[in-house]
Amino acid sequence: MAKFEPVLTKNFGIEGIRTLDVYRKQGGYKTAEKVIKEQKPEEVVEVVKASGLRGRGGAGFPAGLKWSFLPPDREVTYFCVNADESEPGTFCNRVLMEEDPHQLLEGILIAGFATKTTTAFIYMRVEFHEQFHILQKAVDEAYAAGYFGKNVFGSDYSIDCYIHRGAGAYVCGEETGLIESLEGKRGWPRIKPPFPAIEGAFKRPTVVNNVETLCCVPHIFERGVDWFRGIGTENSKGPKLYTVSGPVNRPGCFEAALGLTARDLIFGDDHGQGMRDGKKVKGCIPGGLSVGVLTEAELDCHLCFDDVRNYGLLGLGTAGAIVIPDDADIRQVLKNIARFYSHESCGQCTQCREGTNWMYKIAARIAAGAGRISDLDLLVDITTNMGMMPGLSICGLPDGAAFPIRTIVQKFRSEFEEHIRNQKPGVVEQVIRKTNPAAYELPILGQRAVSV
Amino acid sequence: MAWQALDRTKPVFDKDAPPVLSEALRAKIRSFFPRYETQRAALLPALHVVQDALGHVSHKAMAEIAEVLEIPPSAVLDTLSFYTHYWDHERGSKVVVACRSLSCQLVGAEKVLDACKAELGIDEHGTTEDGKYSLVTEECLAACDHGPCLLINEKLHKCVTPEEVARILKDPKNAEIDPPRSNLFDGPAAAAPAPAIEAVGKTSDIQEMRES
Ligand SMILES: Cc1cc2nc3c(=O)[nH]c(=O)nc-3n(C[C@H](O)[C@H](O)[C@H](O)COP(=O)(O)O)c2cc1C
Ligand code: SF4
Ligand code: FES
Repeated sequence: MAKFEPVLTKNFGIEGIRTLDVYRKQGGYKTAEKVIKEQKPEEVVEVVKASGLRGRGGAGFPAGLKWSFLPPDREVTYFCVNADESEPGTFCNRVLMEEDPHQLLEGILIAGFATKTTTAFIYMRVEFHEQFHILQKAVDEAYAAGYFGKNVFGSDYSIDCYIHRGAGAYVCGEETGLIESLEGKRGWPRIKPPFPAIEGAFKRPTVVNNVETLCCVPHIFERGVDWFRGIGTENSKGPKLYTVSGPVNRPGCFEAALGLTARDLIFGDDHGQGMRDGKKVKGCIPGGLSVGVLTEAELDCHLCFDDVRNYGLLGLGTAGAIVIPDDADIRQVLKNIARFYSHESCGQCTQCREGTNWMYKIAARIAAGAGRISDLDLLVDITTNMGMMPGLSICGLPDGAAFPIRTIVQKFRSEFEEHIRNQKPGVVEQVIRKTNPAAYELPILGQRAVSV
Repeated sequence: MAWQALDRTKPVFDKDAPPVLSEALRAKIRSFFPRYETQRAALLPALHVVQDALGHVSHKAMAEIAEVLEIPPSAVLDTLSFYTHYWDHERGSKVVVACRSLSCQLVGAEKVLDACKAELGIDEHGTTEDGKYSLVTEECLAACDHGPCLLINEKLHKCVTPEEVARILKDPKNAEIDPPRSNLFDGPAAAAPAPAIEAVGKTSDIQEMRES
């Protein structure tokens, strides 16, 4: 195989690349100009379809296909750029926006042209302060140069672009939650259908795409579909930004062809460069918290859209690996994961709101040294009874909660059992009496609690 | 912000007190209108500028925002109470946000949080007596490669060790960011004419607000 040549990160580190001038000197905006002047929107959609570009935001939905769902007779189309990036362990969008903001804007231009977008909103999480200022400046510059606004590049295509800042809610990364939030409401995901392509923001056809998906778009047109299809594995085409964090020697963001193994990501010289302080790997959550966990023996899993499923994972996710070292207490890891979802559930669906809370309470009790062996089965049972896959929720958050918790309990069961067996006798009752005295005061509940 | 019940037997705020939103703030909020199809969509940006100017969004400010957006005040409260970023009560002039998610935890975020608590003498969600600092925890700040991380207002402090916390919190410049807050065209493009942008909200909302 030919040596992989990075494209998404190729401008990183060039001095002044955040300014329009330097970006243009690197050949920036030429592709967008050429596409907008010479091609028709429908052709652009076809090219992206043919490239096999799949969404990088988590679900891996083919981008060109998504764009082709827009109703043909629309007048107004909105484009939402998903820069909410709140999945723990994921930070590739942040890096893209702070290192090369104009690359994203060029992607928005081409994608916007293909979808006949009238206004593009970049929905950015509020914790991105520096990135907001960087990107806002880039947008201003692009406006001043006539790349946004009326008649871009002198064509008859017009597009506006605004940055809309979120306010700290994970669920606003979900596409319909994002749209609700954009409309000034609580970020409560909507029931689908109708899908955003038919009825999205302000009841207009809307496309939601991730930042990295859009950053891939200019390169497809610059280098051609064949180049793009030549990278990656059979069903996963193109370059991808992998990130790795936790106690590795070189945490960071690295570009590689889709299909990198988790082992290479953690230990590769070009990537994580192994573990810090002589630690060993206990496990690895390879794609943002929601996908589930790999044990050390499973690290040869290829991080692309298909192979991960052979290991019981939800999907590729965002390819943000979190490495769990051997000295970490697995019960604390479980508790941290469960807490995240119970905190971030928006509370619309009973299964998700209650289920994530129960899981957190159970995980917290196990972490406090008062677990029961039956808790482990109970956790697995809860994970299979919430979420979109059993058809019980509006959005995918509880599926994202189910996979890490289920896989961690199943794959590290012996470790949990060992901890639980080593607990002091009677500790479960003590802890429950302290945290939830009602469980013993109410006679029926008390019986139940004791009988388990 | 957690769910909370208001005591409806007492007035929530003084209706006769002078308005808290200046005319400049109201104009700023109105300048967001052309971006969106509905005025309600300007609510999140409006809350951001108000919180930035006044420190928090009081119930009186909510009612006044509702007036500007021509929506019911309850709609403002409804939205505001969903998001963790907005404060409906006084906060310290600097808010320290400590990340508590998994990547940071695995490299020692808990010890950093404990050091912050000890240094400031407050617990999570607390505010120091002199009103300088508030301390909160948040889920992943998308800076896991720099974990454990602390966000002080807009400034991200990377790879913080518990020993460093005292120094960081004593530094008066600990909330200054690089790059500076974006301003209109301070790059070479400044000279270029910009007709398209005239009609719409221009650049960093907040900077202008501060200056006015
Ligand atoms: C709970 C939840 C949170 C999500 N958070 C994000 C996010 O932070 N960033 C993102 O790009 N996609 C996120 N997604 C995925 C989006 O719903 C959507 O699939 C994606 O933005 C589509 O873009 P793509 O096709 O370019 O990947 C989230 C999904 C769910 C269910
Ligand atoms: S599944 Fe959970 S997060 Fe999603 S809409 Fe329902 S309650 Fe909200
Ligand atoms: S886990 Fe702390 S920034 Fe991501």
